[in-house]
Amino acid sequence: MSLTVRKYDAVVVGAGGAGLRAALQLSEAGLKTAVLSKVFPTRSHTVAAQGGVGAALGNMGEDNWLWHMYDTVKGSDWLGDQDAIEFLCREAPGAVVELEHYGMPFDRNDNGTIYQRPFGGHSMNFGERAVQRSCCAADRTGHAMLHTLYQRNIRARTQFFVEWMALDLIRDASGQVLGVTALEMETGEISILQARATIFATGGAGRIFWSTTNAFINTGDGLGMAARAGIPLEDMEFWQFHPTGVAGAGVLITEGVRGEGGYLLNKDGERFMERYAPNLKDLASRDVVARAMATEIKEGRGAGKDGDYVLLKLDHLGPEVIDKRLPGIREIAKKFADVDPVKDLIPVVPTVHYQMGGIPTNYFGEVVAPANGNPNSVVPGFYAAGECACASVHGANRLGTNSLTDLLVFGKASGDSVVRYLAANRGHKDLPKDAADLTLSRLARLDSQKGGENVSEVAKEMRRTMQAHCGVFRFPDMLVEGVKKIRAVADRATRTEIKDKSKVFNTARVEALEVDNLIEVARSTMVSAEARKESRGAHDRADFAKRDDVNWLKHTLWFKDGDRMEYKPVTLKPMTAESIEPKVRTY
Amino acid sequence: MLFRVYRYDPDKDAQPRMQEYNVQIEHTDRMLLDALVRIKEMDDSLSLRRSCREGVCGSDAMNINGKNGLACITKLVDLKEPVELRPLPGLPVIRDLIVDMTQFFKQYNSVKPYLINDDPAPETERLQSPKDREELDGLYECILCACCSTACPSFWWNPDKYVGPAGLLQAYRFIADSRDQATAARLDDLEDPYRLFRCHTIMNCTDVCPKGLNPALAIGKIKTMMVKRSV
Repeated sequence: MSLTVRKYDAVVVGAGGAGLRAALQLSEAGLKTAVLSKVFPTRSHTVAAQGGVGAALGNMGEDNWLWHMYDTVKGSDWLGDQDAIEFLCREAPGAVVELEHYGMPFDRNDNGTIYQRPFGGHSMNFGERAVQRSCCAADRTGHAMLHTLYQRNIRARTQFFVEWMALDLIRDASGQVLGVTALEMETGEISILQARATIFATGGAGRIFWSTTNAFINTGDGLGMAARAGIPLEDMEFWQFHPTGVAGAGVLITEGVRGEGGYLLNKDGERFMERYAPNLKDLASRDVVARAMATEIKEGRGAGKDGDYVLLKLDHLGPEVIDKRLPGIREIAKKFADVDPVKDLIPVVPTVHYQMGGIPTNYFGEVVAPANGNPNSVVPGFYAAGECACASVHGANRLGTNSLTDLLVFGKASGDSVVRYLAANRGHKDLPKDAADLTLSRLARLDSQKGGENVSEVAKEMRRTMQAHCGVFRFPDMLVEGVKKIRAVADRATRTEIKDKSKVFNTARVEALEVDNLIEVARSTMVSAEARKESRGAHDRADFAKRDDVNWLKHTLWFKDGDRMEYKPVTLKPMTAESIEPKVRTY
Repeated sequence: MLFRVYRYDPDKDAQPRMQEYNVQIEHTDRMLLDALVRIKEMDDSLSLRRSCREGVCGSDAMNINGKNGLACITKLVDLKEPVELRPLPGLPVIRDLIVDMTQFFKQYNSVKPYLINDDPAPETERLQSPKDREELDGLYECILCACCSTACPSFWWNPDKYVGPAGLLQAYRFIADSRDQATAARLDDLEDPYRLFRCHTIMNCTDVCPKGLNPALAIGKIKTMMVKRSV
């Protein structure tokens, strides 16, 4: 079967914040670029980010990127690579200013500068007290950012392939990446998008869990494609549970609520975070707050008739502050919790929110994998940025606001790297003969499957397993059992069946292909979590309650083939700053 | 709960039809989208767009009991049975509840929906007073769901020539931005019997906006600016 081959200088997969920021670099450099997205760009999940983008602008008082760097390293529980973290924090102010120049409608101070609010884990002077570092547009920062970036891309005449789903990565025998295969959803046609450089900006995969703040589209497509192509996934055991998802609905309530002065209460009306984090209290790191909430609930101090949530109080901020700074939250609380936060408490629970791990990259956005004894050998032609990538700046726990900083800084960096790479490497390499074989065999299998597994049942089983076996608190027997169960689900996922065989906008087919990606993410998560015998950041084990820097100050690398594991050292040496030595983490 | 859903797959169907679904609603099902997910589990051939499920991505706009809205923030308890679901009116149907939005986005693009400021960029942010920033409230929040434009009879008749409420709201979002320098050119572009002046203040746009925005007001402000500069 011969497929249409479209040739580009660069292909970007994903049009959320990272993809759009990368695309801008490529379009403005005059490269022939194709940006593929499963959804119209402004529907990407960056749109749902609320609280702000972190950058040490110092608009509200003294701030310093070194302090931001310290907070990020500490937030990562020392698993973040300090060269990448230095790059992130140093580049952040410039990235935010640039976005403002593009037209981003940031909130403003009286002197006309960008308004910044306090956020969890962000401090001044190396942990002394809270700092105001989160640059925001009310509680719709992601929406404002995504639209601004899309608008700038309209100006730059970026070419979008909207509602195209990338299916598999194309690599030649040397391992070089030469593009992707893709499905045009409207027609059902499969094409090859051949590229001299390929950037993945496919976002996270929170949909592997039962309860998540993530959108339906967050199915880890980039991770699935990378894993199938033999690229390892890094630090997949680290998943952030956001402290404040609306109980039952899972919808996000920004940490900005606590940044603006809101706080958490247990059923007795006690502000319990004072016990767990005496200094930063409700603005401690997310892993710390989520564990405290889960502990309160576990020990019988949860609210509600089943005692299964805690309460977020913000009525004391007054309607003016709420309507000015947190209007979206008021809307969400009314719609999804039937409460009005100007007078009521919001029921909240820790909810899966963010994937700290991903496709391993360096801080240039180049994908790296072990080869010839080098754990960080560059995979030629392949780049990744944003939530799908692991640079690693978030380590074992991401600080609030750093996801948006990440996608701006590394979106741009990956774009710049591609521009440099293409200037030095001209011409397309030949596609291997089997370039589309994997994709075509997966599609043929799916279309001809008889007596197979129901797609949504398989997905539900995966989500239930992840939620029960790999949650806020992790137990050795549950993890061992979880690995068995998730392998069984993965086996079922090889026999999914769809009834709908139409060519036209077949979302049943899309959902089945998404499950192929989700299951790789789920398996890598469970296997990596079972293997890591310590507690660090978001990974909390009952049998190894402490961080173990002697044995576990290292990154996990999971390979799909046989669930093979490797480890690689954490980079403790920054680019120019002094190394921040591991120490006990308190807030 | 009883639903009647517009079905059309050009691969199979000569004509569109309405299909009935009787859905067992569980206590955790709050919004219309929750019910649609259950229908999709019963019948995987129903195609619709959806993503964020919290009313911010703009994917799942459809015509719900005769009125445009977002499935993910439309409460089931507020719906009269049988719930009739159709694709957004006025745009070509690709399949089932999925419409072709090419024309809608063409109009959006036509207003140059990006900041135009040709001064050399300063080292820091361009300053903007809180009062000037407030001018953007009620404008920048648009999610491009197309509920408004596809509820507008003027857009139905002239989708190729009339910008429509969503596009005009964005045009005004940049006109109103103190940092933008292209106001005159933006007004010139809209000074046209169709692009702006097909708006007959029918107000359907404002009535249906799921985000509570007021495109009609923004259009009125553009018209006022046109009048002011002509005297």
